[in-house]
Amino acid sequence: MAGTPHKGVPATAGPRTVLAYLIRRLIAVVIMVLVVLLATFTVFFMLPKWAGQDIAVLFAGKSSGAEQLAGIRIKLGLDDPLLVQFWDFVKGIPMGRDYANGADVTHCPAPCFGYSFRTEAPVWETLKDALPVTAALAAGACVLWLVAGVATGVLSALKRGTIWDRSAMITALAGVSLPVFFTGMIAMGLFVHTLGWVHIEDTLTTEDPINVWFETLILPWIVLAFLNAAMYARLTRATMLEVLGEDYIRTARAKGLGEAVVIRRHALRSAMTPILTVFGLDLGVLMGGAVLTESTFNLPGLGLEAVKAISTKDLPVILGVTLCASLAIALANLVVDLLYAVIDPRVRLG
Amino acid sequence: MTAPLHDTPADADPTADVAPAVDAGVKKVEGRSLKQIAWNRLKRDKVALAGGITVIVLVLVAVFAPLIVSLLGHPPNEFHQEELEDLTNLPKGAFGGMSWDFLFGVEPNKGRDIFSRIVYGARISLLVAFLAAVVAVVLGTFFGIIAGYFGGWVDALISRVMDVLLSFPQLLFVISLVSVLPDDLLGLTGSGVRIAVLILVIGFFGWPYVGRIVRGQTLSLREREYVEAARSLGGGQRHILFRELLPNLVAPITVYATLMIPTNILTEAALSFLGAGVRPPTASWGGMLRDALATYEHDPMFMVFPGLAIFVTVLAFNLFGDGLRDALDPKGTR
Repeated sequence: MAGTPHKGVPATAGPRTVLAYLIRRLIAVVIMVLVVLLATFTVFFMLPKWAGQDIAVLFAGKSSGAEQLAGIRIKLGLDDPLLVQFWDFVKGIPMGRDYANGADVTHCPAPCFGYSFRTEAPVWETLKDALPVTAALAAGACVLWLVAGVATGVLSALKRGTIWDRSAMITALAGVSLPVFFTGMIAMGLFVHTLGWVHIEDTLTTEDPINVWFETLILPWIVLAFLNAAMYARLTRATMLEVLGEDYIRTARAKGLGEAVVIRRHALRSAMTPILTVFGLDLGVLMGGAVLTESTFNLPGLGLEAVKAISTKDLPVILGVTLCASLAIALANLVVDLLYAVIDPRVRLG
Repeated sequence: MTAPLHDTPADADPTADVAPAVDAGVKKVEGRSLKQIAWNRLKRDKVALAGGITVIVLVLVAVFAPLIVSLLGHPPNEFHQEELEDLTNLPKGAFGGMSWDFLFGVEPNKGRDIFSRIVYGARISLLVAFLAAVVAVVLGTFFGIIAGYFGGWVDALISRVMDVLLSFPQLLFVISLVSVLPDDLLGLTGSGVRIAVLILVIGFFGWPYVGRIVRGQTLSLREREYVEAARSLGGGQRHILFRELLPNLVAPITVYATLMIPTNILTEAALSFLGAGVRPPTASWGGMLRDALATYEHDPMFMVFPGLAIFVTVLAFNLFGDGLRDALDPKGTR
C-alpha cells in the first residue's frame, strides 16, 4: 500500500487550517503547472531552434521571403531569450497581449494563448470548444469506472473463490490487457456501423441538447471506463481481502453488527484509501486514455485537437492543450487529497 | 525478466563488485529457502506458468522473426496488389484474404502480408517495452534508494520531482516531443531515432513509479539491524546502499519490472496508434491499428490480428507478473 501522501501534522482541522492548507496547495498547483508549461515551452520553441528549424517558417510556410520571416520573428518575439518568451506567454493569459512589429500590432485579448499557426484563430476559442467534451468524457468515465470497479471488487472479495469471483477476475484481467483504441474500434464497429444502435456526432457544442451528448459519449464512456474499472476491481478485491482479515473487522462482527454495516462502514471505508491513492496517480493516465478515446471515436475534444495540432506542428495549440491538461490533472489531484480527509478520519490536513 | 537487474548496479560505481551479489538475488530472492519456496509456488501456479511460456514463445518469435517470415510468410514490406480487388482495393476472399499463403490475410490498399507484419511488430513492441523498463528500473532504483536512505532535502527534492513527473500529461507531451524532434539525431536515422526516443521517453516517465516503491522499501529497510551492523562495522555509504540494501530490494523491483513491461507495450502501441511511434513502413502493432481505423468500415478483419497480438502479449506478461508477485510475497496471502 502506497500510504497517504500527507505528512499528517496532527492538528485539529478547524476551518482556518483547512483554508491555509488549500491556499498552500493552490500555490503548489500553480508552480506545478508552470513547471510543466516551461518544459513544454522549451521543447516546442527551443528544440526546433537548436535542431536548426525556424519557427517563423513553421508559421508562415516555406515559400515566404526572408523579409516576411524576419517580421514574423519580431512580431512573435522569437529571438528573445527563452525566459523572456516564456514570461510573455504566461503574462498574456491573465492580461492579454499585443503582438507588435513596428506599426503592425495585433491585440490578443485575455485570456490570450496566442493564435493558431494554421487557422489563425485564437487558441482560446479552440480550447473553449474542446474542453467541455474532454471534461464530460473524463468525468463520466471516472464515475462509471469507480462505481463498476469498486462494486465488482467488493462482490468478488465477499464471494471469494466462487464462479462469480473467478469470472469477474478473468474479465478484469482481460480488460487490463486490452488497449482502449482496440476495444473502441470493436465497440464502434459493432454498435455504430453494424447494429446502428447509437449515432456518434462529429461535432459537439454546448448548444447541443443533452441527449445528443449522451448518445455520442455513451460508447466512449464505457470503453474508457472498462479498462480502468478492470484495474480497480482487481485492486479493490485485493485490499478488501486484506482489510477483511484485520482484527477490527472481527471485533465489529463480534459486537453484533450486521454484516452489511461491517462491510460498508468498516471494511469498505478503509479499503477506499489505497484506491483513492491509485486514483490520484491515474489522473495523468486518464488524460492519456481520453486522448486515445477521442482519436478513436473522432470526438472533438482536447486530445483530438492536440493530435491534429501535432501533425501540423501548430505549436500554440499544442501548448494551450498541454496547459489545460496539466492544470486539470493538478486540480483533480487537489480534490483527491481533500477526499482523503473525508474518507480516512486519521488524515489531518496539516 | 532478469536483465534489468543486471544493469541496476551499472548506475553506481562498484559494478564488478556488486554484480555477483545481485546475480544471486535474481534467481528469486533473499536466502535459499525463500527462493525455493517462491519457485515451488510458481511451479504450482498453472496460470502464471502459461503466461511465462507465452512470453518465452513471443520473445523467440521476435528474435527469429526473419526465419519465421521466410518459412511462413512474405517479406513484411512487399506489396501484393494481386491479392486485392481491382476496384475497392480490399482483400480478395473472405476474412480479409486469409489463406495458406497469407495466414492472417492481407492489408487493404497495399496488400502487405499481415502475418509477417505481426511477427516483425513483435520486435518493436518487445524491444521498446523491455529497454524502457530497464531505463525506468535503473533510474528509479538509483534515485529511490538515495531518496529513501539519505532523507532530508535530498528526499524532498527527489520526491517533488517524482510528483511532478507523475502528474505530467505524459501521452500529450510525448507525442508532441516526437513531432518536433528532427529525423536525424546522434548519428541515428529513420526508425532508429524513433525507437531510441520511444525507449528513453517511456523509460523516463516510468521511473517515478519504480522510485516510489524503492524509496518506500528503503525507508523501512534502513532501520533494520543488519544495516546498523554494517554501519558499525565501518561499511561505507556505497557499501550499505548497493551491497546491503540493494539485494533486499531485488524482489519488489523484479515484480515491478515484470508488471511494467505490459504497460510499456500498451504505451508504445498507443504512441504508434497516434502516429508518434516508429515510422512507416516499419511494422508495429499500434501503427497497424492506426491503418485499420482508416479502413475498418470496409475491412473489419484488418484490426483483429494486431489487436489480438497486443492483447495476448500484454495478458501473458500480466499473468506471469502476477504469479511472480504472489510467489515472492513473503506473507503469501494475496
